[in-house]
Amino acid sequence: MANQQVIVLYKALIREAKKLPAYNFRNYALRRIRDSFKENRIIKEPAQVAAAIQEGKKSLELIKRQVIIGQIYDTEKLVIEYQK
Amino acid sequence: MYRNIIKVNKYVNPQNISIPVGLNISRYKSTEEKLKTQVKDFPGRPLYLDAQATTPLDPRVLDVMLPFLTSYYGNPHSRTHAYGWETEKAVEKAREQVAHIINADPKEIIFTSGATESNNIATKGVARFYASKKKHIITTQTEHKCVLDSCRALEAEGFRVTYLPVRQNGIISMEDLEKAMTPDTSLVSIMSVNNEIGVKQPISEIGKLCKQKKIFFHTDSAQAVGKIPLDVQAMNIDLMSISGHKIYGPKGIGALYVRRRPRVRLEALQSGGGQERGLRSGTVPAPLAVGFGEACEISEKEMKYDYKWIEQLSDRLLKKIYGSLSHVIRNGDPEQSYHGCINLSFAYVEGESLLMALKDIALSSGSACTSASLEPSYVLRAIGADEDLAHSSIRFGIGRFTTIEEIDYTAEKCIQHVTRLREMSPLWEMVQEGIDLKSIQWSQH
Repeated sequence: MANQQVIVLYKALIREAKKLPAYNFRNYALRRIRDSFKENRIIKEPAQVAAAIQEGKKSLELIKRQVIIGQIYDTEKLVIEYQK
Repeated sequence: MYRNIIKVNKYVNPQNISIPVGLNISRYKSTEEKLKTQVKDFPGRPLYLDAQATTPLDPRVLDVMLPFLTSYYGNPHSRTHAYGWETEKAVEKAREQVAHIINADPKEIIFTSGATESNNIATKGVARFYASKKKHIITTQTEHKCVLDSCRALEAEGFRVTYLPVRQNGIISMEDLEKAMTPDTSLVSIMSVNNEIGVKQPISEIGKLCKQKKIFFHTDSAQAVGKIPLDVQAMNIDLMSISGHKIYGPKGIGALYVRRRPRVRLEALQSGGGQERGLRSGTVPAPLAVGFGEACEISEKEMKYDYKWIEQLSDRLLKKIYGSLSHVIRNGDPEQSYHGCINLSFAYVEGESLLMALKDIALSSGSACTSASLEPSYVLRAIGADEDLAHSSIRFGIGRFTTIEEIDYTAEKCIQHVTRLREMSPLWEMVQEGIDLKSIQWSQH
């Protein structure tokens, strides 16, 4: 059951992080989310899992807020983004 | 009260906030239009590789700052109402976060406007307080301008200052330091990580020596906090300067650590309401302090993760550049340095022309404070770099938000332009032919 919850959270986080308009913040967020979930794979104790999930949920709310702010104050894309 | 502040976000569902169409356009029109009038030879904004000058504000930091920039505007020093109490509580929490990253007591942290102010308070404050007994200060030639200028000011007041030379790798020699110490010495001020060449000074050893000789030890850690582990107790540091905007926090705030046991006494520079233990009067900017505290907590938590990432990127950049270009000299010790700061000299290429060619990457030839002048950096001269090499140096600053693609792009562009500029250079042609440039007698007309 917890496993299912983790997958849903992971997908939601990645989906939201992809919306961050700033190139550097977006890439950092995606990298950090992936690495955090990888690191936390070893956690098995229910209390610790619950705490990690709680932290993930908080991060999700944070990213949602920052996506809005990023969209309001969006700038031109970086030179590297035009190359792709 | 602080709990309420955190709760505030729960009542707002970000999805319910709709951005009015056109809001972003009207607000940005003026600045964007100004940018467009400049002739650009590449599409988009340049990459940012100048993490030593400043770092972007981490979105996580902005997130905790915003409530204090909007709803919680009380003066943290107001003791008579809830507006004051709630901000005071938040500022005190930030103080704990800052103290924790360097293993200090929150009471030993004084908020200032940045590392420059901290350095000024530390050097001038200690020197002036103990002026009746001791009138000698030791610092190094590669310090930041604000320490050197503070020392100049003290010299004008009648203090003696020793500017220690550094070895070729940018690190001071402990024997020189010990020799320079006299019973008249009140303060030693040596930076932890150099802002231009990234070398780490042997802080623990200096701290030990200073403690033994009963001299106060101040270190400018603006470039070190949050990047390398620092512990004021284990390293015997008496005073430490920290900056907010070098660790993904807001600009305009910093801190000074002042040891309480044994007590370090200072003469305040600023007169006023006696905030911050009377050492730095003036209202503490609560939103900035909160952001600074959060930035410290994030940096502490992520130190290992960031360190690993930056090490990987820096190795990648160096490997690419060394692999394709010869006559590249790294300034500063390659081992005893922080990976995020790489200072390279490309021989037979003028640094300024390379910077102009690399307009699509935000780089610097040295400290941001001196980037307006064309003179070679005094730090590079102090490590004994030849005049021509000092002129051809570029500093690459890698940070938490730098990506692998950015590093690859930078390396590629750098190699391309250095090769191009060298092909145009007659000096390079002579070197290729095997002529030793030092042996040439340049005729004067």
